[in-house]
Amino acid sequence: MLPEDDYKKIAKRLGREPTEVEQGCFLNLWSEHCSYRSSSAILKTFTTTGERVIIGPGDDAAIVRLEDGWVMAIGMESHNHPSYVDPYNGAATGVGGIVRDIISMGARPIALMDPLYFGPLDNEKNRYLFEHVIMGIAGYGNCIGVPVVRGEAYFHESFSGNPLVNVVCVGLAREDKIVTAIAQKAGNKLVLMGSSTGRDGMGGASFASRDLSEESESEERHSVQIGDPFTEKLVMEATLEAIDMGLVLACRDLGAAGLVGASSEMAANGELGAHIIADNIHLRDESLTPFEIMISESQERMVLEVEPGNVGKVLAIADKYDLKANLIGELTQETQYVVEYKGEIVADMPILFLCGGAPTSEMDFIPPAVERNAEKPPVPGDIKDTILKLLARPNIASKEWVYRQYDHEVQVRTMIKPGMDASVLRIIDDTQGLALSCGCNPAHVEADPYNGGAGTVIENAMNLAAVGARPIALVDCLNFGNPERGEIFYQFKQASLGLGDAARKLKTPIVGGNVSFYNESDEFGSAIAPTPSIGLVGWVRDLGTIPAGTFRHTDETVILVGDTKDELGASEYYSMLGLDNNGVTPGLPGNIDTVIDTLIRAVEAGLITSAHDISNGGLAVTLCEMVEQIGAEIDITRICTRDDDALFSESYGRMVITTSEPDKVLDMMSGIDCTVLGKTSGNGLSIKTRNSNLNLSKDEIEDARSSLSRLMMD
Amino acid sequence: MKIAVLQFGGSNCDYDVLYVLTEVVGVDAEIVWYKDELKGYDGVVVPGGFSYGDYLRAGAIAARAPIMNSVRKMADKGLPVVGICNGFQILVESGLLPGALMTNRYPKFRCDRVNLRVDNNTSPFTNSFKKGQVIRIPIAHMEGNYFAQEHTLSELNSQDRVAFRYVDEQGNATSEANPNGSSENIAGILNEQGNILGMMPHPERASENILGSKDGKKIFDSMVEYISSF
Repeated sequence: MLPEDDYKKIAKRLGREPTEVEQGCFLNLWSEHCSYRSSSAILKTFTTTGERVIIGPGDDAAIVRLEDGWVMAIGMESHNHPSYVDPYNGAATGVGGIVRDIISMGARPIALMDPLYFGPLDNEKNRYLFEHVIMGIAGYGNCIGVPVVRGEAYFHESFSGNPLVNVVCVGLAREDKIVTAIAQKAGNKLVLMGSSTGRDGMGGASFASRDLSEESESEERHSVQIGDPFTEKLVMEATLEAIDMGLVLACRDLGAAGLVGASSEMAANGELGAHIIADNIHLRDESLTPFEIMISESQERMVLEVEPGNVGKVLAIADKYDLKANLIGELTQETQYVVEYKGEIVADMPILFLCGGAPTSEMDFIPPAVERNAEKPPVPGDIKDTILKLLARPNIASKEWVYRQYDHEVQVRTMIKPGMDASVLRIIDDTQGLALSCGCNPAHVEADPYNGGAGTVIENAMNLAAVGARPIALVDCLNFGNPERGEIFYQFKQASLGLGDAARKLKTPIVGGNVSFYNESDEFGSAIAPTPSIGLVGWVRDLGTIPAGTFRHTDETVILVGDTKDELGASEYYSMLGLDNNGVTPGLPGNIDTVIDTLIRAVEAGLITSAHDISNGGLAVTLCEMVEQIGAEIDITRICTRDDDALFSESYGRMVITTSEPDKVLDMMSGIDCTVLGKTSGNGLSIKTRNSNLNLSKDEIEDARSSLSRLMMD
Repeated sequence: MKIAVLQFGGSNCDYDVLYVLTEVVGVDAEIVWYKDELKGYDGVVVPGGFSYGDYLRAGAIAARAPIMNSVRKMADKGLPVVGICNGFQILVESGLLPGALMTNRYPKFRCDRVNLRVDNNTSPFTNSFKKGQVIRIPIAHMEGNYFAQEHTLSELNSQDRVAFRYVDEQGNATSEANPNGSSENIAGILNEQGNILGMMPHPERASENILGSKDGKKIFDSMVEYISSF
């Protein structure tokens, strides 16, 4: 139901009571999910422009210039609530939706990334959600032939009852083939192509704008869309073929708010109106009412603006691909959105009011009164055992069980595969390419929203630096609880400001994204930890210089770049000890832009043979992950004043690198904190600490790291 | 010489194969949509993907498309036909190769690098390998668990029609090295005449150094050589 204030505002503007169809249109288009009514003031603080940005936020996807006439389309979406109710279809259609956003720009989707957040896996329901969300992503992404090249799986109590499924899609196009969602000319026809319209996904946008209740699972099933990846693949080929032939003037996929969302926003973008004939829409079930037809979120549908003379050609392309397509209306000069059904006008609304009239408000915010405990636990007696336990934590363990289910190699571009800091796709010959990273650390953001938001950007930029990539575009998915609560809005505001400031510092435009509020669970009485997840894409100038992610040669110098501080607050190590409120959380290195730039230049100079960023679990985990083939002898006694700080701190802006030319590298790094840790040699990892010498064999590390695979396969 | 790359609704390795044939191997090739005529080609690749969404059974619907009759006629003339992944499933479903491809032993999609042993090195696709050579070609499938009845398996063995088996790095066909539960670790088989190859691994994904292996390219190279001397 429409909120009372909205209803009054609409009735006043229309000068009459809105019809049932009109109410459905407003309910969905004015939902938080579609209209950003409580987040837009904060989102406006983001820097969204840059040298490479051709189209920023606001269209189906952003367009960013690469090289040689190539452009990248990029977008990020959440599909959180549907994935709780029906994990397979919820996650699958999350993939489908963002992929269509890319296609509707005229770009061929070339990569997906999926940051996922679940409750702890010792709970059967959480394991079920985890397993079926991944099956949904795999089932859909594999079928349409778009590789999932990177992801994240993070586990935290607050996601029980409200898991997060975020998806990034990247596409590739020639700059002169780009199509937007801005309608061009009155009199042009609107063609709806793809699946039939059914009763699935009714009011999904408004469902996404409420908390999840205990009854959601049974009562909201109709709000979940059902995916058909086979049809999606056909829609992809048909749409791209029509665009390539120059037959499409504007294009929009049907996502949130269904047909009314896609067609009204497209017309409104061009300051035009639209006249829709609801009878012409091919239905899965003839009993659908016009209200249902307009707001159904049935998947795999695309609306195209086509000149009257080209409609036949577009319908012929649809026919080639065995797809249904219909002429469903036209663009009009008068800026009204009109729906006709069985000869009657069932909706007639001022289109700019429908698409831009949702009242916005900035919520009140209350800084939370959490006091952090400065007390430090004693240094563990058995450091080796602590490291192995940390490696086996689901947040740190290998995610091979996950990414092995995704076809990450289709399209023959994937040069660096999942499991590394960043994945790399070749784009131009074998010389230049894209590097992709995604994710965020909700524990850091919860403990300090501003620094955690900034840290999200830094962490992903460091992942890119490890492969020598300069960030060119950032997309975000800002997942939070109910913004009507002051402490949640505080988290949202602070995390967003931190994210925006860090992106500016790294000269990276925020080109798109979405906001997902109301991630709260009645069942558990909890709100999610703030999760401003991002996708960050960088450009690699020379694919030939990319370092390995693991040690590859013996007798090379191992260097720790960056300053390790006593920053164990919100770390995975303290979480393991149950000390969630202890310790100082990571601060922002003032020279982070210099650190990142210097690392990239060292990579480009061909001086770095392997590189791995330090994040969850700290230096100890990074080193363990690097000894897959060749081992190392490491001395940590010159880092910090305690072994636990040295090994497990999660200070931002640090990386372990190896080189055979340490003098040159250290020379380049002058002014940046660097510590020579030791040499690569033999097998396994030996660490000299203040009190002991530890030896971790390759097998012990491998065994600990495979804990997640074992848990899920047993 | 021109090679056809078949395209069904849901094929998704079609452009990958086309790219490798034209840009890496350097042979003339084109995509042929399943409604179009398959005429004037010297060889066929049935690429991977999810033809018809794998609905009903992987490969079952594509196998019944009329264009498969043209593929059969080309094969009868001795022209080379390769089915990769979903293409292998289609060849099996259409009866051009024996056996069936069932759901993986661990019933999930698996995308992984695997070792293969070349057991037949006399076919038009494998004659540039050494017999017993271990090569690296990735897999990506959910239904790659090759099954055939005893008598079919013994026929395949006695007629030297097992092209590839999943093996460990030393070339042993162990249970651990078997990624999907295939009978006798079978990864690829040939028809009686030796001019039809079906294989689950993706040679087009292992045809360039930048992607980690060039072993797969040899299969296409050999096929082209065979056509030249046909």
